[in-house]
Amino acid sequence: MKFLCVECDQQMAFGERQLPGDGTLAATFKCPKCGRVVAMLTNPMETQLVSSLGVEIGGRTVPEQPLQTVRSMVSTGREDAFEEGSREHGAGSGTSWSPDALERLGRVPNFVRGMVKRIYADYARERGIAEITPAVMDTARAELGLEGM
Amino acid sequence: MTYCALVAYPGHVPWPSFGGMRTYHELTDADRSGLLQQITAQRQRVAERLASVRRIVAVMSGKGGVGKSFVTAHVARALARSGHSVGVLDADLNGPTIPRLLSLPEAPLRQSEGSIAPVTSAEGVRCISMALLLENGAPLAFKGPEAESFVWRGAMEASALREFLGDVAWGELDILLLDLPPGMQRYVELCDILGNPPAVLTVTIPTPESRDAVRRAMRSAVDRGSDLLGIVDNMVGGELLGAAADELAEEFDARVLARIPWHPAPTAWDRLAQVL
Repeated sequence: MKFLCVECDQQMAFGERQLPGDGTLAATFKCPKCGRVVAMLTNPMETQLVSSLGVEIGGRTVPEQPLQTVRSMVSTGREDAFEEGSREHGAGSGTSWSPDALERLGRVPNFVRGMVKRIYADYARERGIAEITPAVMDTARAELGLEGM
Repeated sequence: MTYCALVAYPGHVPWPSFGGMRTYHELTDADRSGLLQQITAQRQRVAERLASVRRIVAVMSGKGGVGKSFVTAHVARALARSGHSVGVLDADLNGPTIPRLLSLPEAPLRQSEGSIAPVTSAEGVRCISMALLLENGAPLAFKGPEAESFVWRGAMEASALREFLGDVAWGELDILLLDLPPGMQRYVELCDILGNPPAVLTVTIPTPESRDAVRRAMRSAVDRGSDLLGIVDNMVGGELLGAAADELAEEFDARVLARIPWHPAPTAWDRLAQVL
């Protein structure tokens, strides 16, 4: 998928991606010459089709985990399908936090910290991310629209 | 798909004409999404993972209920008994039965160094199956919109198959058997993911109905360039009448590798393993 600014005859460059949480996806592309920005908004079915290919619009920002599609997209999977407990052991419910990420989480106001932690943990688990790092938090904020968290 | 602030909106932006507008392949700037590169990387991972596998054999039929999984599991066990390193990928994602046929232990899958370790049977057969991942008795279901799920479900299953091939630490294998579900869809996906058509072991039962369905599958395999290893005539000597295996063998110039009775002795599988 590519976008062409017809007026400038320029290939538009990917800007940012957001997942509002309702199954849709928004991605912006910008003409490097005139600066015009276009937003591509996909409906849930289209978003799912992209996910089912195991690719990410905008490129991967965190490394893919083994069996990532199976782990993150199968809704009838066993909770204990994957060995948990160590940082080596991927998603399941065994997602761990790096010290830097925990330090950053500690700066979140106490009354919303639990909710924020759960959002990041859900984000990581659904994508098969074994360890939550500041980079993962940044990506989650951008994708989920969680500025300020 | 919706586009905001369309760049090519007639009446809003000068439209040079379709004839003069560059096409997809003419846009060659680096693309941060790199979807094609992501797909290429997926295929590369599969190729690297399977580089240590000497043979890949798809066990297929085109007909349901002829005993593909039964044959796959018992051939795998026989090969393991004779000292071969064997893997079984249960590609029947919606009706996986291989773990039970191999008497696999129940334990969570282990991850290390970016891969998942296959579950190994007491006889040494390495296996991955959706049955190891699903809740007991639960169907394979995916998160996502219910409406028009037929659009993406096939792609999701193909991704799962790709991950089973590329993300499982198969290690050095003499042979990797793939137990395919009825029909041809999984075989087509497999050819696409592997880049080369796998060798095919065909399973049939004696009936004309089976012959007709298996013929279509074998024709598809031949058309795609698969090597036909031979035919297993399954469930012979009982109530099922016909000569499907012999007729297919003649039609496709293939061999009938084994005739498996209703209650085969282990030696039947040993003999099949020897000629495979």
